[in-house]
Amino acid sequence: MYREYIILSRGGQGGVTASRILASAATYEGRWAQAIPEFGAERRGAIVRSYLRVSDGIIKRHSKIYRADGLSIFSSKILSLIDIKREIPNDLTLIVNSPYKPDLEGFKEIYYVDATSIALKHDLVLAGWPIVNTAMASAMAKVFNIASIDNIVKAIEEYFSGEIAIKNISAAMEAWDMVAR
Amino acid sequence: MRLRWSWRGSDMDRRVLIGNIAISEAVKLARVDVISAYPITPQTIIVEKLAEMVDSGELNAKYIRVDSEHSALAAVYGASSGGSRVFTATSSHGLLYMYEMLWWVSNSRLPVVMAVVTRSIGPPWNIHTDHQDALTVRDSGWIIGFAENVEEAFDMTLQAYKISEDKRVLLPSIVALDGFILSHTAEPIDIPSQEDIDRWLPPREPLPFVMKPGEGFAVGNLGPDEVTMELRWYIWRAMERAKRVINEVDYEYKDITGRSYGGLTERYRVEDADYIVMGMGSWCGDIKEAIDMLRDEGYRVGLLRIRYIRPLPIQDIIKYGSRSKAVLVIDRAVSMGYGGVLAGEVASILRGRTPVKGVVAGLGGVDMRSEDFIDIIKRFIEEYELDLDINWLNTYWIMKDGGRG
Amino acid sequence: MEARYKILDIDLEGIEDIRRFREKLLSRPDKGSAGKTGTWRLYKPILYIDKCTRCGLCWLYCPDNVISWRQREIPEIDMEFCKGCGICGDVCPVDAIEMVLEGE
Repeated sequence: MYREYIILSRGGQGGVTASRILASAATYEGRWAQAIPEFGAERRGAIVRSYLRVSDGIIKRHSKIYRADGLSIFSSKILSLIDIKREIPNDLTLIVNSPYKPDLEGFKEIYYVDATSIALKHDLVLAGWPIVNTAMASAMAKVFNIASIDNIVKAIEEYFSGEIAIKNISAAMEAWDMVAR
Repeated sequence: MRLRWSWRGSDMDRRVLIGNIAISEAVKLARVDVISAYPITPQTIIVEKLAEMVDSGELNAKYIRVDSEHSALAAVYGASSGGSRVFTATSSHGLLYMYEMLWWVSNSRLPVVMAVVTRSIGPPWNIHTDHQDALTVRDSGWIIGFAENVEEAFDMTLQAYKISEDKRVLLPSIVALDGFILSHTAEPIDIPSQEDIDRWLPPREPLPFVMKPGEGFAVGNLGPDEVTMELRWYIWRAMERAKRVINEVDYEYKDITGRSYGGLTERYRVEDADYIVMGMGSWCGDIKEAIDMLRDEGYRVGLLRIRYIRPLPIQDIIKYGSRSKAVLVIDRAVSMGYGGVLAGEVASILRGRTPVKGVVAGLGGVDMRSEDFIDIIKRFIEEYELDLDINWLNTYWIMKDGGRG
Repeated sequence: MEARYKILDIDLEGIEDIRRFREKLLSRPDKGSAGKTGTWRLYKPILYIDKCTRCGLCWLYCPDNVISWRQREIPEIDMEFCKGCGICGDVCPVDAIEMVLEGE
């Protein structure tokens, strides 16, 4: 098994952390994983790419990802800002943070999860923005079969502690149940 | 919580860490006494994490914040003269700002270890990787190693202390890791236990000298010209001995971690190769995958990964270079007016033995995929077989358009 | 001159190298390490004991460390190494040191 994923998020939503949590969770599954952020002049709100590779064997390459197996979009508004099919040309599975299923053509499968509402419900707000990364990571883990919810929880505990960890774990568990086609 | 691994009875933790954090974990395991750093851009999280470790008491070290990279290396120079095990880290322009102190450290034979997160030099302003910064200090008498992945950056840092503090060497070491590609990429790494590292890496011996109150002596006083040359000659000899020490340390490190890279070079599918690719840094992983795919297509290609550019593995370059039909050197740094930095070195060694072609690519962090390397290597082989002007070092630039902005 | 690059073969351990390196790199303060510098002198400091207040400024300022002031008493100037720079005379607050032309 060898899979590549791209996360498109806004600076401040936690896309980079989401890919790292997924890499940790995949490692708990006994797999090899690699989480690569694509940094530029980071700005809060700008579109940030993060890459994730998951494999049964050691991953040697370190380049960026151009033809992903799955794409995760942390804000449905990103869909109207960039031409996704031009940027990521192959047919892939899409997962979007959205309260309803987006009307899009040309994807293998489209999943959606209302990660913003989940984050708000669990009071995961930082500087006025809902932090959707743990909910989205959990939904990705389920849809792309990257890791079990137990291992997502373990990975979240590596990045957060105390009350924040509990909130994030609750959000992750809810997203795991809510993600739909 | 963590996955536990065992290698011949040694316990290891498998963690998913970015390169910066991995280096700081290695520094902690090496039980350094003094860390000094300039904390602002172009600094990395390496020293931020170490500051947290010192603050929480996890690492019992003195942390000196300074006003510049020049002062950072000056501070660890002083601490190392006093017998401490020291660490500092920098990147691109910060390394250039240290330039003067680099020579003081190496010419004083102090076993300082420094992580250099390789990044492009401006203008234009660019935060991504190429090897230009680390290679500007190539001639300074530091041992310079390039890591391929996060785990190797960790291992190389620990090994750097063992190599630099060896009585036969006593020279400072740079551990170079590709900016962002390794410094910010999270990968699984297996971390050995503190007990195992303590057994393998004993405290620093008071060499080459230790300054302490009550012992009046000065370092590097003005002397006859012949003394300068003689001291350089000792450094030259220490560098020669370092080749053997690097191989030894890499080999014995296997006892505690199960990991060994091959010493000065890593040989990847070179044994029966007609064509050898040489390169340094993280993209060697992508080159390996390219070689695997080319092998499937029937091309007999191998990679000689140069792990240390100083001391340069001349013997390995001769051994594997001269038994191949032609050598392709892929460089992420260029010496303007000549060619790729590594290509120039390899060509000078293999002159009269094997044709060498140099390729300059990936400057300023331009992404290079396995597919790109396949194209480059195929074109190289085609040109060789058609006998197109590849008798002496030719340099090709691999250019890519645009970028996604 | 003999080229010495072959000596590498006989010092694999580097012990002798590092001993010689230390010897050449480090310098320890030693009396007269630059020779008998008293011969450089053109003007000689004369100390008038009756004027001296034993303040020790000349001892403090002497750049060549040739004035001794051991018992906090009258300073003594070591003429074997005094280069005759005149700083002691300059800093003396009571003009107890006079620089006198000594000649060649």
